[in-house]
Amino acid sequence: MSSQLVQQYYRADKLPHIWCPGCGHGILMRSVSQAIHNLGLDKDKVCIVSGIGCSSRAPGYMDFNTLHTTHGRALAFATGVKMARPELEVIVVTGDGDATAIGGNHLIHAARRNINITTIVFNNNVYGMTGGQYSPTTPTGDLGTTAPYGNIDKSFDIATLAEAAGATYTARGTAYHAQQLIKLVENAIKNKGFSLIDAISICPTYYGRKNKKGSVVDMMNWLKDHAVDAKVAQKLPPEKLEGKFLIGEFKNVTEPEYTEEYQKIIERFQKER
Amino acid sequence: MKKNNIKLMQGNEACVEGAIAAGMKFYAGYPITPSTEIAEVSAQKLPRVGGKFIQMEDEIAGMATAIGGSLAGLKSMTATSGPGFSLKQENIGYAALAEIPVVIVNVQRSGPSTGLPTAPSQGDMMQAKWGTHGDHPVIALCPSSVKETFDLTVRCFNLAEKYRMPVFLMLDEVVGHMREKIEIPDASEIEIYDRLKPTPGDENYLPYKVEEGQIVPAMAAYGDGYRFHVTGLIHDESGFPSNSTEVAQTLMTRIMKKVEDNINDIVTYEESNTDDAEIILLSYGGTARSAKSAMKKAREMGLKVGMFRPITVWPFPEERVKELAKQAKSIIVAEMNYGQMVLEVERIAKGTTDIYHVGKINGEVISPDEIFSKIKEVL
Repeated sequence: MSSQLVQQYYRADKLPHIWCPGCGHGILMRSVSQAIHNLGLDKDKVCIVSGIGCSSRAPGYMDFNTLHTTHGRALAFATGVKMARPELEVIVVTGDGDATAIGGNHLIHAARRNINITTIVFNNNVYGMTGGQYSPTTPTGDLGTTAPYGNIDKSFDIATLAEAAGATYTARGTAYHAQQLIKLVENAIKNKGFSLIDAISICPTYYGRKNKKGSVVDMMNWLKDHAVDAKVAQKLPPEKLEGKFLIGEFKNVTEPEYTEEYQKIIERFQKER
Repeated sequence: MKKNNIKLMQGNEACVEGAIAAGMKFYAGYPITPSTEIAEVSAQKLPRVGGKFIQMEDEIAGMATAIGGSLAGLKSMTATSGPGFSLKQENIGYAALAEIPVVIVNVQRSGPSTGLPTAPSQGDMMQAKWGTHGDHPVIALCPSSVKETFDLTVRCFNLAEKYRMPVFLMLDEVVGHMREKIEIPDASEIEIYDRLKPTPGDENYLPYKVEEGQIVPAMAAYGDGYRFHVTGLIHDESGFPSNSTEVAQTLMTRIMKKVEDNINDIVTYEESNTDDAEIILLSYGGTARSAKSAMKKAREMGLKVGMFRPITVWPFPEERVKELAKQAKSIIVAEMNYGQMVLEVERIAKGTTDIYHVGKINGEVISPDEIFSKIKEVL
C-alpha cells in the first residue's frame, strides 16, 4: 500500500527525504497523503504550503501544487493562494517553531478568520534544522542547545491556542497513532473552515539525544504510553491524567468561512449590474 | 476628452485607479500612514470588479499574501510606508528569487523608525535597492504628479508581469496626498502586459526554464494542472532546490541579467533645457516639482540651468547621466534625504563634473528657493 501511495502522490525522484533516521515526520507526511487519497481529492486541486524547518521540506516530495515559503509565513502565503483560488484545497505543513514562534501571529489570525485552510503542525518540540534549540513546545525543564541549564519557558498547547483564536476544527494526533492521524487529517480537510492538527512527532537526533529519551522505539513507546484519547479522558479522574496528554478531536463546528463570505460581497455587486 | 473621465484626486487614489486599470485583482496589506488611502480605496473598489482585498495581521503577512495571490494567478499589490517597507523586505527577496510578479507601493514618510509619520521624505531610495538581503534585481519607479502616479502604477504592473519580479512604486507623501486634476484614460488606450503562460497541456513544462526568445520562464498558476514547486532556496529549472554552485551561478546571473539586459525597455526619464545647460538639476518624485520651479526662475534670469528627472530610479538612468556629467559644469541633486541618489550620481559621474546636494531631513519639502539658492552658490 505504501509503495502505491508513493507512486501516486510523491515525486519519487526527489526521495529519499532529508529527515534523520528515526524522525517521526515521514509518518506524518504519509498520513497527509493517505488522507488525501481516502478523500479522493484531485491532485491538481491540492496546494501544499510550508514555511522553513524540517517539517517544511515535506511539500518538495509531494506531487501536488507545492510552495516552500519563508520562515513562519506559510499561512500568510497560503491565505493569498486560497483567496485567489478558493476551489483549491490548501494544506499547510509547518513545524512548532515555524507555526507558533516566528509565525504565531499568522496562526492566530488565520484561525480567527476561519479561512478554509488545513494546518498540520509537525510538532517535534525542538528546532531541528538549526541543531536542537528549544522551541515554544519544548517542555519546561528540558534541555536544548540554547537551554543548557534547562528550559524555563512554559510551552504552548497548540491545539488550545488555535481553538481560542477561532479555529473551527482542532485535534491532536501522534506519529505513533498513525491510523488515527489519517482520520483526523481527513476530518480536518473536510471541515470548511480553519482546521489545525497538532501532530506530535519525535526528534531522536536532537531533542531525544539531548534529553536522554532513549532509542527511537523508546520515544515511540513514550507517545503510546502518555497519549490519552480525549473522549476516554472525560471519564477518567484527574490523577489518572497526570503527566499525560490528550489526543483525538477537540473541536469540530461549522461557522461562516472567510472566502465564501468575501464571495458574497462580490456577488452583491454582480447583482447590481 | 470625455468630461466624466476628468477627476480631482489624490496620488494615493490615482495609484489604485491605475492598479485596477492594469488588471489588479488582489490587494493584501496593513494600514500605515501615509499610504492608508491605497488600502481603503482598494477595499472599496476591488469587489466591484470581481477582485479581492484582505487586510492582513501585519506588514510581513501583507507582502506574503500578495505573493500567494500572484502565484494563484491574480495580479497583486500591496502598499506601505517606511516601517512597513522594512518589514516587507524578507518576502520581497522571496519574490525576487522565486520570480513572482507583485507591485509594492511605498509612500515614503520621514524616518528612521516611527519618525514623522505624516511628513514627506525620500529616505527609502537606497532601501528599495538594497533592502532585502543578497544580490537581487530591482525595478523602482518614481512619479511626480497624480496623473503620473496613475500611469506609473500601470507600468509597475506591466514590468512586474513582463520581468516576473517585485516592482516598486516609490511615492512620497507629497505626491501621495496631493490633489490634482487627472484625466483617467479609456481602457482601450492603456497598454496592458500579462504574464507569459505555458502552452496549455505542455507536459514538459519546467517552471524555471527560459524558452528560446523569451526573457523569463513562462508562469503557470497553482491549480492550472502543472503541479510545480516554488521555493526560496536556490533552484534549478525544475524549481526544486539545489546546492550546486553551478546552478546557483546560472540562476543568480539570469535574474540579474533579465533587468540589466533590458535597460532600454525599463529606464525612462524626463529632461528639459539640458541642451545648453551648465548646471543641471537632478531631482525626482515630489521634489522634482520644486526643482522645475527653480529651473524656470533661473532661466528667466538668463542662467543656463537644465533639469533631469529620473522616472525609473532603479535601475538608474546611468548612460544619460554619464553624458550629462561630461557636458555640464555641475549637477545639483535635490532630494528629501541626507544624500542617497546623489551617491549614484557621483558613482556614475566619476569626477567628470562637480556634484552638489540639496537635502532635507526635517519632514519639510524642499522649496524652489532653497534649490535656487544652491544654483546661485554654484555659479
